[in-house]
Amino acid sequence: MAAIEILGLEKTYRVGFWRKRPKRALQPLHLTVEDGEIFGFLGPNGAGKTTTLKMLMGLVFPTAGTARILGHEWTDPEVKAQIGFLPEQPYFYDYLTAHELLDYYGQLSGVPAKDRKRRIEEVLALVGLTDIKGVQLRKFSKGMLQRAGIAQAILHNPRLVFFDEPMSGLDPLGRREVRDLMEQLKHEGKTVFFSTHILSDAEALCDRVAIIHQGELRGVGAVEDLTSSVQGKVEIVWQGTQIPASMKALSPDCHITGDTVRAVISESQQDAAIDALRRERIRLIAITPLRTSLEAYFVEKLQSSQKTAGSST
Amino acid sequence: MTARKRTTIVAALGLVVGMTASMLLLRHIDQIRPRATIADALYISSPKIIRRASLGFDGLMACIYWTRTVQYFGHRHFLRSGSYNELAPLLEITTALDPHMIPAYQFGASFLAPRPPNGAGEPVRAIELMKYGIEHNPDNWRLYYDLGFVYYTELKDYKRAGEVFEEGSKVPDAHPFLKILAAQMAEHGADYSTARMLWTATYESSHESNIRQNALEHLRAIRVDEDVTMLQAAIERFRQNNGRLPTSLWEVAAAEHLRGIPLDPDGNPYELSLDGQVLVAKPDDFPFITKGLPPDYKPAPPKFHSPS
Amino acid sequence: MNARIGHIASNTFREAVRDRVLYNLIAFALLLSGAAILVGQISIDIERLVVVDLGLTAVSLFGIVIAIFIGIGLVSKEIEKRTLYTVLSRPVRRWEFIVGKFLGLAGTLVVNTFFMAIGVFGALLYVTHKFSAADASILIALYFIILEFLIVCALALLFSSFSTPLLSAIFAFSLFVIGSFAEDLRGFAAMTHGFTRWIATAAAYLVPNFSVLNVISAAAHEQHLSAQLILQNTFYALFYTAMALCGAVLIFERRNLK
Repeated sequence: MAAIEILGLEKTYRVGFWRKRPKRALQPLHLTVEDGEIFGFLGPNGAGKTTTLKMLMGLVFPTAGTARILGHEWTDPEVKAQIGFLPEQPYFYDYLTAHELLDYYGQLSGVPAKDRKRRIEEVLALVGLTDIKGVQLRKFSKGMLQRAGIAQAILHNPRLVFFDEPMSGLDPLGRREVRDLMEQLKHEGKTVFFSTHILSDAEALCDRVAIIHQGELRGVGAVEDLTSSVQGKVEIVWQGTQIPASMKALSPDCHITGDTVRAVISESQQDAAIDALRRERIRLIAITPLRTSLEAYFVEKLQSSQKTAGSST
Repeated sequence: MTARKRTTIVAALGLVVGMTASMLLLRHIDQIRPRATIADALYISSPKIIRRASLGFDGLMACIYWTRTVQYFGHRHFLRSGSYNELAPLLEITTALDPHMIPAYQFGASFLAPRPPNGAGEPVRAIELMKYGIEHNPDNWRLYYDLGFVYYTELKDYKRAGEVFEEGSKVPDAHPFLKILAAQMAEHGADYSTARMLWTATYESSHESNIRQNALEHLRAIRVDEDVTMLQAAIERFRQNNGRLPTSLWEVAAAEHLRGIPLDPDGNPYELSLDGQVLVAKPDDFPFITKGLPPDYKPAPPKFHSPS
Repeated sequence: MNARIGHIASNTFREAVRDRVLYNLIAFALLLSGAAILVGQISIDIERLVVVDLGLTAVSLFGIVIAIFIGIGLVSKEIEKRTLYTVLSRPVRRWEFIVGKFLGLAGTLVVNTFFMAIGVFGALLYVTHKFSAADASILIALYFIILEFLIVCALALLFSSFSTPLLSAIFAFSLFVIGSFAEDLRGFAAMTHGFTRWIATAAAYLVPNFSVLNVISAAAHEQHLSAQLILQNTFYALFYTAMALCGAVLIFERRNLK
C-alpha cells in the first residue's frame, strides 16, 4: 500500500483587489510515495512545496483533486493520529515549556496518559532537549525550536512523518543529527516525506525524489536512477604520466595531474581500457563510474522548463 | 469531505436554531419583565447625576431618554394604567441633558399638566419645565405658546396665559396667532372659540402623534360641548314656548327649523333624556367632554381615536 | 472528542493565566476596598447600594474587557503566529478547536468572577456588617453577568475567526454598547415605518440584548427576580452563544490558513 497517493491536487488562489485574478500555486499534482521510503520533495523557494504539504495536512483546501494518506481519505481526522508534521520555521505556544508542549500535543494526539510521560522523555532525549525541558519556549533559539518541532512530530510514534525544511536553522552538527534521525525512522519502518531546497541532503538521504518548480512537477524518480542515468561514462585514473596510444584512441581527453593521468571513457570501453593499461604494465589507480550530481539533474530540469516556458509564449 | 460536510450542516442548523430561539425568547422576556429600563432609568432621578454619568454624550443620552419617554407614555396609555408618575422625571432628565429638545417641552405641556387619567397631573412641574425651556431657548416662540397653553387649559388662569402669549408674540418670527390669542384671553378666555383656536394651533404645530391625537380629542370635545350647549338652549326655548319638555329631538329640530337632528362628531345622534337633558350616545368615545354626560357617569380609562 | 476539547480548554485557561490576566483581580480589589472604606465612613444610608452597584458594574466591565481582549486573539493570533499548524495536523477537528477555546476563555472568566464575587461580598459585609436574605439577588446578578460573558466570548471568538484583532475589538465593543441599549433600539424601531421598521426591528432583535441581562440595579435595590425570568434569560444566553459559536465554526471550517 502506498503511504501517500496524491491524485491531482491543485490550488489556485484568487488575487487582486476584487479577487478576480487567478494565481496557480500548484498545477494538478500526481504523486505516489511508497511505504517505508524516504521521499524528498525538492524545489526552489515558492515552487509549491509548502502548499502541497499544507493541503495534505488539511490546513489549506485544494481547488481540485484528492489524496489518500495511509489508505484513508486525506481529510479523515483519524488518520492524523498516525502522521506527524513539522512545519517550516515552526512556532509554538511560547508560554509553555518543552515538556508541557509535548504533553499537550500528546494529549491532542491521543497518546494514553500512562505512555505519555515515558514517551516524552524518550523523544526529548532523542532530539537533545532533555536539559532544557523546563524552560519556556519563548527563550528557545531557532535551532532549539527546530528540535522541539521534530520532537512533537514523532512524539506519538506516527507511521508517516512530514517534514518541511527540517534542516533550516540548524548548525552542521544539528543537521547531522537530523539526518541520522531520519535514517533511524526509516529503519523503524516509518515513511518520511520531506521537502527541502538543499540537494545534498536529499541526495544523501532519499530513496526517491520529486522535483517541483513553479507549481509543476518536473521529474520523479529514484535518486540512483536519476543520477546515474545520464552519462554511462567511466573515469580512469592511472599512475604515471604516460598515455598509451591505445588509450588515446579510446579517449582523446586525457589530463595529466601531478603524477597521475585521468581520462574519461564510455562504460562499454571499460574492459578495453583496462587491457590496454595492463599491456603497458601501467598501474591502475581507480575506475569510477561518473555520476551526475542531483544538482545537475535539478538544474537541467529547471532550465528545460524555463526553455519550454520561454518558447511557449 | 463527509466529516467536514457534516460539521457544516450541524453548524448551519445550530446557527439558524440559535438565532430563531434567541429572538423568540427575547420577545417572551419582554412580556414578563417589568418595564425595567424605565424603572432603572429613574433610580437615578437627579438630572445632574445623569448628566455626569453620560460622560459627555449628553446629546445621545437625551435622545435615548426622549425615546424612552415616548415609549413609556405610549405603553402606559396602551395599558390604560391611568397614572404617569415617571413622566415628569423623564422629561426633566431629557431636557437637562439637552435643553434644546423642543419636542420634550411640547410633550410636557400636553401631558404633564392634565389630571390623571389624561396626564400626570402636575401642572406646577409642567410650568417649571416650560420656564426652563424658555430660559434656554428665548428665541423659540413655541415655548411661550406651550407655557400659555398650560396656564389656559389646566389652571384656567386666563390672565397669566394672556401675558405669556403677549410676551411670546414679541419674539421675532413669532406666529401671528400668538397676538390674537393674547387678545382673546383678555375678553373671551372661557369661550369655546378661543379653546378651539388653541387646540387647533397645537394640533397643527406639532409633529408628535400623541400630542396631535390629544389635541384632536379636545377639538372633538369642544364640538360636542358646543352642540350640547346649543341643544340645551334650544330645548329651553321650546319649553318656554310650548310649556313642556320636548318628547324627542325631532321636535326641537322642527321648532328650530333645523334640517335634521344634530349628530355628534362620530355621526351618532344625540339623545334626549326624560328630564330634558341632552346626552351623548357614547360618552366613552369623547374623553374630554364636560357636557352631555349622564348623571352618574364614570369615565373609562382614556383611549384615543385615530383621526378619520 | 470531549477529551480533546477539554485539553484545548485547559490550555487556553493556562495561557490566560500565564498572560497575567488574573492580575486584574488586584486592580478590582483595590477599587472595591477603596469604595467600601470611603462609603463606610460617610454613612449616607446608601452604602449597600453603592457597594453593590459599583461592585457588580466593575465585575461586569472588567470581565467584558478581558473577554474582548483575549477573545479577539484566540483564533487570529494562532493563525498569525502559525501555532495552529501543529495543532491541526493532529486528530483535532476544527470545530473542537473553537469550542475548546471558548470553554477555556469562559472558564477563565468564571474563575475570575468567582474571586471577584468574594470581593463584593466581603465589601458588602464590611459596610453592612451582616448579610440578609435579599443578598441572594446579588448572586443572581452575578449569574446573569456570567451569562453576558458567555455571549461576549462567543462573539469575540466569532470575530476572531475571520478578522484582525483591531477590527474584532471594534466590532465586539460596538456590539456590546449597542446591545446594552438594545431595548431603546427596539423602541426606536417601533417608531419607524415600513421597510425601515422591518430592518430596524430585525437588527434590534439580532443584537445581543445585554440590557435584558443587566439586573444590577434590581439587585442593588433588593428586588425579587422571578424564576421564570432567570430561566428564560439562561436559555436566551445559551441560544445566542450557540448561534455565535456555530457562526465561528462555519467560518473557521472554511478558512485557508496562510
